[in-house]
Amino acid sequence: MSGVDSGFIELDGVEKVFDVRRKTGFMKRAVRQVRAVDAISFRVERGEMVGYIGPNGAGKSTTIKMLTGILTPSAGRLRVAGIDPSRERKRLAHRIGVVFGQRTTLWWDLPLLDSYRLMHRMYRIPDARYRENLDRLVELLDLGALLDVPVRQLSLGQRMRGDIVAALLHDPEVLYLDEPTIGLDVVSKSKVREFLRELNAERGTTVLLTTHDLQDIEQLCKRVMVIDHGCLMYDGPLAGLHEAGESERTLVVDLERELPPIDAPAPARVVRVDGPRQWLAFPAGESAAPLVARIAAEYPLVDLSVREPDIEAVIATMYGEQAERAIS
Amino acid sequence: MLREGLRAYRLIAGMWVRSSMAYRTSFVVTVFGNLTVTGLDFVGILLMFSQVDSLGGWSLPEVAFLYGLSVTSFGIADLVLGSMDVLGARMRDGSFDTLLVRPWPVLAQVGADRFALRRLGRITQGAVVLGWALVSVDVGWSVSKVLLVPVTVVSGAAIFSAVFVAGAAFQIYAQDAAEVQNAFTYGGTTLLQYPPTVFGKDLVRGVTFMVPLAFVNWVPAAYVLGRPYPLGLPPWTAFASPLVAVACCALAGAAWRTGLRSYRSTGS
Repeated sequence: MSGVDSGFIELDGVEKVFDVRRKTGFMKRAVRQVRAVDAISFRVERGEMVGYIGPNGAGKSTTIKMLTGILTPSAGRLRVAGIDPSRERKRLAHRIGVVFGQRTTLWWDLPLLDSYRLMHRMYRIPDARYRENLDRLVELLDLGALLDVPVRQLSLGQRMRGDIVAALLHDPEVLYLDEPTIGLDVVSKSKVREFLRELNAERGTTVLLTTHDLQDIEQLCKRVMVIDHGCLMYDGPLAGLHEAGESERTLVVDLERELPPIDAPAPARVVRVDGPRQWLAFPAGESAAPLVARIAAEYPLVDLSVREPDIEAVIATMYGEQAERAIS
Repeated sequence: MLREGLRAYRLIAGMWVRSSMAYRTSFVVTVFGNLTVTGLDFVGILLMFSQVDSLGGWSLPEVAFLYGLSVTSFGIADLVLGSMDVLGARMRDGSFDTLLVRPWPVLAQVGADRFALRRLGRITQGAVVLGWALVSVDVGWSVSKVLLVPVTVVSGAAIFSAVFVAGAAFQIYAQDAAEVQNAFTYGGTTLLQYPPTVFGKDLVRGVTFMVPLAFVNWVPAAYVLGRPYPLGLPPWTAFASPLVAVACCALAGAAWRTGLRSYRSTGS
């Protein structure tokens, strides 16, 4: 068992190597080894909320699959709540909750409530506990009116919220979310985020989420881990990631009329002008407020908006050189 | 482990039955469709006997006896594990992973997947033909012969189940292998509807020793009907079906565990 000082989730030099077989002719196959996860080590304390990001194929899902006991690591040591996931998959299942954004665990043709009743019996949740959790979760995620509706009639956002409830009925200590906001509308996204924040703050549930949406991380996670080509490239606060990646946010301003490029204080600068609309880039780690105040004071401002850098771009600039080396 | 698996099977199968009731009309139509199609199956054999008096030396009631044993056994296995061929699809779309994060044996979850009561049609039809054959065959019934019939049905169901599980294990390696599995299960039951004497010796040998489907009906039926044993097997083999079934299930279980372990180490 893990001691008091060690992490709730612990990885030490965890590796996952796949043999990829490719047909090269009739009955002939070439076997190539792909290192999906390459000697990753990290610790997550109980009650932390961590974003796990990286481009497609970087090794995110492989890591999550090892943490949930779906896949057995090729090397290294891995513990979740003191349990070795690959050896005690079923025991671990009682202590973790998993939401795969793209795959529902709900029963398509049955009312939402039926799926929850199955979870109740599947995890042998005591009756009182089940009712209490169900009431609380359904209220927080605003699903009360939908319990009797067949899952196939739910919208994507409703179904995602439904899946989150299903993953939490048995009071898991850790919740893994794989792309929890993918494809959701703005309202559903904010509901999901607000819920996760409350869950983490009030129940102390450890949350590990993978996402493509930098706003998920910004609004939820103090800590970010970036994985690329199977290696952990960054582990720290989000602000540090922006500095490391020198990523920039974009301020889009609409002026009353066409004007020469705005004279912005460095490092902010105009990157594009199209009629009365101008695009200014500024460091993502800085507040937009002084820049906005200055433009509003000196220019005939009609409207403005701020665009976040997307995660792929941040990682691309951050590790551009390494990526180039890896390709060549 | 076994109790937990059966409980999981029961709960999941129940969910699928209720899911199918969501489309009541469709359910009723498929049940009738299923009964008709499987019913027509035996009509084919009847038509053959309208032209000939015997098939490989076997009379119509005798062939019906083989048919009834095979179809009833297969029907039971098909009802219990018949949807294991969706495993390949589940692995390709990734939903197999959702089964692995649940606190239940994976085999029970995969076995109960898409559980469908419409499959009762085949059992019903097999049992009706078997019943007719039992009263029609010209046999001096003894206690051992009477007892051998239900024992054979149960052993046969276990042998077919083992083939389903082994096929599912194989699907983990070759993810499009549902058809290979179907060749052994659906193909096997069609083969066994005819007496062994109509087939070439090598085929009979394969069906006896490689995939021991011959113990589903051919060998025990030879004892019950007083016919020569296929391949000149000794008489005691007529009672060997339960042992063969146990051995098949053990092998299939080992294959399943190996397959699952390989999935968890390769992810494919």
